[in-house]
Amino acid sequence: MFSGHSLQQILFGRLTLEAIPYHDPILVVTFIGVAIGGLVVLGAITWLGAWGYLWREWFTSIDHKKIGIMYMILGIVMLLRGFADALLMRAQQSVAFGANEGFLPPHHYDQIFTAHGVIMIFFVAMPLVTGFMNYVVPLQIGARDVSFPFLNNFSFWMTASGAILVMMSLFVGEFARTGWLAYPPLSGPAYSPGVGVDYYLWALQIAGVGTTLSGINLVATIVKMRAPGMTMMKIPVFTWTALCTNVLIVATFPVLAATLALLTLDRYVGTNFFSNDLGGNAMMYVNLIWIWGHPEVYILILPAFGIFSEVVSTFSGKRLFGYTSMVYATVCITILSYLVWLHHFFTMGSGASVNSFFGITTMIISIPTGAKIFNWLFTMYRGRIRFELPMMWTIAFMLTFVIGGMTGVLLAVPPADFILHNSLFLVAHFHNVIIGGVVFGMFAGIAYWFPKAFGFKLDPFWGKCSFWFWVIGFYFAFMPLYVLGLMGVTRRLNRFEDPSLQIWFLLAAFGAILIALGIACFLIQIVVSIRDRERLRDTTGDPWGGRTLEWSTSSPPPNYNFAFTPVIHDHDAWYDMKRRGYERPLTGFRPIHMPHNTWAGIVLAGLAMVCGFALIWYIWWLAALSFAAIIATTIAHTFNYDRDYHIPAEEVVRAEEERTRLLGRA
Amino acid sequence: MSEHVKAAATAAEPVDFYVRDEHEHQESSTTLGFWIYLMSDCLIFAVLFATYGVLGRSYAAGPSGADLFDLTLVAVNTAMLLLSSITFGFAMLAMDRNDTRTTQIWLAVTGLFGLAFLGIELYEFSHLIHQGATPQRSAFLSAFFALVGTHGLHVAFGILWLVTLMAQVHQRGLIAANRRRLMCLSMFWHFLDVVWIGVFTFVYLMGVLP
Repeated sequence: MFSGHSLQQILFGRLTLEAIPYHDPILVVTFIGVAIGGLVVLGAITWLGAWGYLWREWFTSIDHKKIGIMYMILGIVMLLRGFADALLMRAQQSVAFGANEGFLPPHHYDQIFTAHGVIMIFFVAMPLVTGFMNYVVPLQIGARDVSFPFLNNFSFWMTASGAILVMMSLFVGEFARTGWLAYPPLSGPAYSPGVGVDYYLWALQIAGVGTTLSGINLVATIVKMRAPGMTMMKIPVFTWTALCTNVLIVATFPVLAATLALLTLDRYVGTNFFSNDLGGNAMMYVNLIWIWGHPEVYILILPAFGIFSEVVSTFSGKRLFGYTSMVYATVCITILSYLVWLHHFFTMGSGASVNSFFGITTMIISIPTGAKIFNWLFTMYRGRIRFELPMMWTIAFMLTFVIGGMTGVLLAVPPADFILHNSLFLVAHFHNVIIGGVVFGMFAGIAYWFPKAFGFKLDPFWGKCSFWFWVIGFYFAFMPLYVLGLMGVTRRLNRFEDPSLQIWFLLAAFGAILIALGIACFLIQIVVSIRDRERLRDTTGDPWGGRTLEWSTSSPPPNYNFAFTPVIHDHDAWYDMKRRGYERPLTGFRPIHMPHNTWAGIVLAGLAMVCGFALIWYIWWLAALSFAAIIATTIAHTFNYDRDYHIPAEEVVRAEEERTRLLGRA
Repeated sequence: MSEHVKAAATAAEPVDFYVRDEHEHQESSTTLGFWIYLMSDCLIFAVLFATYGVLGRSYAAGPSGADLFDLTLVAVNTAMLLLSSITFGFAMLAMDRNDTRTTQIWLAVTGLFGLAFLGIELYEFSHLIHQGATPQRSAFLSAFFALVGTHGLHVAFGILWLVTLMAQVHQRGLIAANRRRLMCLSMFWHFLDVVWIGVFTFVYLMGVLP
């Protein structure tokens, strides 16, 4: 065995010093920036002596609220990385014409667009969506935590481990050069022999475990843990969308896991699932990945729809118009999202009948979506609309998303798709719906629920700056791509021949700069709000005149959420309580049963990350060792039966008296 | 205006807005959560079955199922797994009678049947590989090994879990937490049985058809 392999290969697999891209100035500068930033953060934590606090109060926490906030932080940090990729691409495409090669060679540019897509979907949009669901759902249904609190912590850390693996690929080795879905045979061993696709596979596999478990957890939570009286048709709309999203997660992420596993086998074992010879079938991969991939976009947009529903109703001071139709529309979209996957590859050549079927199902999805838009409009109609930040995002969403939806229906027509397939028109379309839908929804949600999570509002001035930069920047960045797409410009090119196209790319680059300013204003908004928190303080727990249960507790809520489990009579439960003169109970508190914090989640996910890294670099001994450690730790963890404790009644009394004092001050 | 009148009218009704006298509800979400997990796992098998359905006749001029499968061996193997499901059922019946010793015995028997199943499967695999029917030989064999192998891996994890649970029952007896865990493993075990029925039918029985 030792004859063919040097000791170095046994110890480090294919990991050598060559894997560190020190010859690439862009990456070296980035690395220095990240290293300095990282050292500053680590140093600050050490200097403040905050490691123990972070470990006890956050990393090992099973409190759904803290896990939700950690998901949000992960999503925002990764947004900066994903957006840096976008800026690089816009810069490259706005200069690389004719003889000018630009500054990104193809192999680097290809990694950037792949990383951009993967990061934005898996490590920005997913953590933000999951963060909201984690934070808000238990509060909206009157529960004290999710069904499986330990699993929740573990899910978060698995997602974070996947994100860390992707970040590592920037400085150790390379990332995939295949596009965000890694179609074979390009992603197979013959055409992508390096570690790039392996980083992709293991990062997504590890993060996917987290996502699936969090989906199971939230479905069980919504089905089992609702407060008494909350029948299915009294569930707040955001929670309904969360339920549908998590059903979709449970029903699709296993498909992704299996598909990626088959590609992994092709790459590691030499099987022939998606190869060109010996009977393999690459189009099967494309089918399977889109059976996951199409529902995935609904996984992202449905919770955003839920946020908009809550925001519209709150800031119009009215019940949501057509609650029942909203619920049914959501369920319809959930089901239909399974029946459209083939529209991503009409050009596969499956024939007119198959293409027609999928074209028609795709167009049908616009019906329930349109119903939602009308519900929001009718909610606003004759309402007392307050143009606070969440409402502004919502209105921008309605205008923008309708444009994206219409270009989507256009692409659903198979003959049109044959022209527009793989063009910048498509790129403009999906950014139109993802930025105009999901991202705007996330910002609406952040502005809406931030005071609930931290006890003070976000500064409106910087929020409005961010809003206008984002919205105007979006139109500048993506409308030119529609034009270019109609001219026939295909996606994923790092250089163009025709100089007459350049003006459109310059416009798009200008838009990207505006969006960068929007992100900067958002970060400034957070800093300014923390600085001015006393001015922005909310002592009532209900800063917007809210309608659902999360506004009935203090801001931030106590770790047990509700001193008494609420009883629900209406789907706008808190509005109903206020209307009928609910009085907050001041006596009779009891000890509250809560789960313990646990180290197991972060340790297991850390081991999974090590195992993934070892597999990527063929460091077999480390992979075997870390895998054995995962099994051993899991088994050891199951021997711990002491999983919960009681918050003593005195502590509850203390927390509730503090709330009474704050309410009196307001 | 009318809203105010309505509010005043309804405010008089006595309504409870919170649970005053809360009993610690022991009702757990575990069973539902585990069912959902099983269904998600089922989807992994669905993908592997679909893959086998697409690639199952792509022999690439290599051996076919009719050339390779030894139905007698597979029948014995199937019997091992089905028997293990029955014995797991006996273990659960003993658990319901609060009979720790009998539960443990039946669990051990279940584990032995599981090991026998795995042993036969490994023998079959090594035999195939020895004949040159490796996972790399053709798409059919890739799909075969992926589907049957994934099922085998599940059984292996099931056995590991079973041993762990036996240790925990030994340590703490049939307490509520252990009963819940045994219930989950029982569902997992029967689920693997159902999947195997699919494998046996679609892969082996239909595979030997010309």
